[in-house]
Amino acid sequence: MSAANAHSENPTRRDFIYVATTAFGAVGAAMAAWPLIAQMAPDRSALASGTTEVDLSKVAEGQSITVTWRGKPVFIRHRTATDIAAARSVELSKLPDPQDDAARTQKPEWLVVVGVCTHLGCIPNTQANYYGGSGWFCPCHGSQYDTSARIRQGPAPRNLDVPAYAFLSDTKIRIG
Amino acid sequence: MSGSHGQPFHSDNRFVMWLERRLPIISFVNDTLTTFPTPKNLNYWWAFGGILAFCLAVQIITGIVLAMHYAPNTLVAFDSVEHIMRDVNGGWLLRYVHMNGASMFFLAVYIHMFRGLYYGSYKEPREVLWILGCIIYVLMMATAFMGYLLPWGQMSFWGATVITNLFSAIPVVGTDVAQWLWGGYSVDNPTLNRFFSLHYLLPFAIAAVVVLHVWALHVPGNNNPLGIDVKGPQDTVPFHPYYTVKDMLAIVVFMILFAAIVFYAPNLLGEAANYTPADPLVTPAHIVPEWYFLPFYAILRAIPSKLGGVLMMGAAVLSLFLLPWLDTSSVRSGRFRPIFKQFFVLFVINAVILGVVGSQLPEGIWVPLGRICTAYYFIHLWIILPVLGLIEKPLPLPESISKAVLSGASPKGANAAPEKR
Repeated sequence: MSAANAHSENPTRRDFIYVATTAFGAVGAAMAAWPLIAQMAPDRSALASGTTEVDLSKVAEGQSITVTWRGKPVFIRHRTATDIAAARSVELSKLPDPQDDAARTQKPEWLVVVGVCTHLGCIPNTQANYYGGSGWFCPCHGSQYDTSARIRQGPAPRNLDVPAYAFLSDTKIRIG
Repeated sequence: MSGSHGQPFHSDNRFVMWLERRLPIISFVNDTLTTFPTPKNLNYWWAFGGILAFCLAVQIITGIVLAMHYAPNTLVAFDSVEHIMRDVNGGWLLRYVHMNGASMFFLAVYIHMFRGLYYGSYKEPREVLWILGCIIYVLMMATAFMGYLLPWGQMSFWGATVITNLFSAIPVVGTDVAQWLWGGYSVDNPTLNRFFSLHYLLPFAIAAVVVLHVWALHVPGNNNPLGIDVKGPQDTVPFHPYYTVKDMLAIVVFMILFAAIVFYAPNLLGEAANYTPADPLVTPAHIVPEWYFLPFYAILRAIPSKLGGVLMMGAAVLSLFLLPWLDTSSVRSGRFRPIFKQFFVLFVINAVILGVVGSQLPEGIWVPLGRICTAYYFIHLWIILPVLGLIEKPLPLPESISKAVLSGASPKGANAAPEKR
């Protein structure tokens, strides 16, 4: 608007009205567009998919189960002593995403992680004899996870996420 | 659009002239599709524009009728596609044409793009024409990607999962963006529904950009295999009947290949895993995108970092937009650029190898090979093309199109009989 008035250095009332009108229109258009954009975000029913309770009493040592939480798989593994030892003996400085195994578990024998590769969302497969115990391998782009589901090699940027969960009793957890 | 060399439009039909004074649409069509002066030396590589228009029409028409039977809901989507295949009258044919039509569309567009690359069709004054073409290409990729989710098979689901997860690589807001795209925490019913809506919309957006593309073509007129400007009426022929007929022949040949695939090998280019209904808890052992995405998929996987891979894949597509300014040579046609010609062949071979790499599991020889080919892709566009324009000594250009055509002479060293017209 600066060059609008060749004959005057100071902006006129008309200049002000132009700017104010245009700004008003732009804000109005943005507000009208907002519901059109917001409707694509997760709706109330998706947000309400909430919590999942899991009974752990039938999961034997060394066994692993997959449960669904918010449409995603969650791996629950009853780790063996070897798994735990392998996860805890590794030097943190050697990890791409350093995280202590103790910080990733509430009880060392139970590992609960979201079973979605942090690279591009595929589901990793269980691999025996992997990093000193049972780990995971993502078939899509080759990410490798150790017995604590920490990324060890491949393109994934992070360890498998640990969801919020709580032990309701010794054999029951609630995820979410 | 552009003025033709011919007389102003006139018709003896009084209604036509009445309409002309109110809406000059008849003269517009006449100038665009009939009298439009076209270089007389276009070879069959120039037929792919017409072939692409045919492909777009086929996809829109078959798509509209398929939508009359398809249901975009995760509970029934897979079954509704099988319903089309088994119950709907001629449904199998419509679906196979639509499904393979996407592959034929990409085959034609890649040939069309490589033609532009070889003959320098992106150079001044056709930069905007080229950029509009790149926009069409990006829209085509988006449309094909969303369409692939609709059958709700295993490859549909996991392909969409992998590609939408690319957005989660964006720092800070990535996860929110991905969830906004999904309408949930993963690819699910809201995702399928919106992909169907957009898959129906985007082809019409493509058609609109095609109109701009043709408009931008008609301002400077066609490039040609010699890459030199039209100097006068002696260098051109009217578009109709010369190129309408030539394009029709090419379209018929193209249709033979199209029909051969549809009728004899309809699943040749598809993935068997997509005939298994989508299962969010089981990832197929090997996820591959459709063949036309493989080179970019190879680039994505070549970079051992999530964000890096995503950025490089985006850069691979965006680099094409900048081609008019990356190529510093003022000579358009590769026919007169002896060194460029060899690098061009290398670039085509490199693109094919990238495609093969993209189809393989990321292990063994395929990892270093993918990295080498990714490096060459960028080196070609960002280093070789700019430098070559400065150091290469091009062959002498012919005086005019008509001189070159009438003498039957091609430049020394160039192929012996390029245009038999």
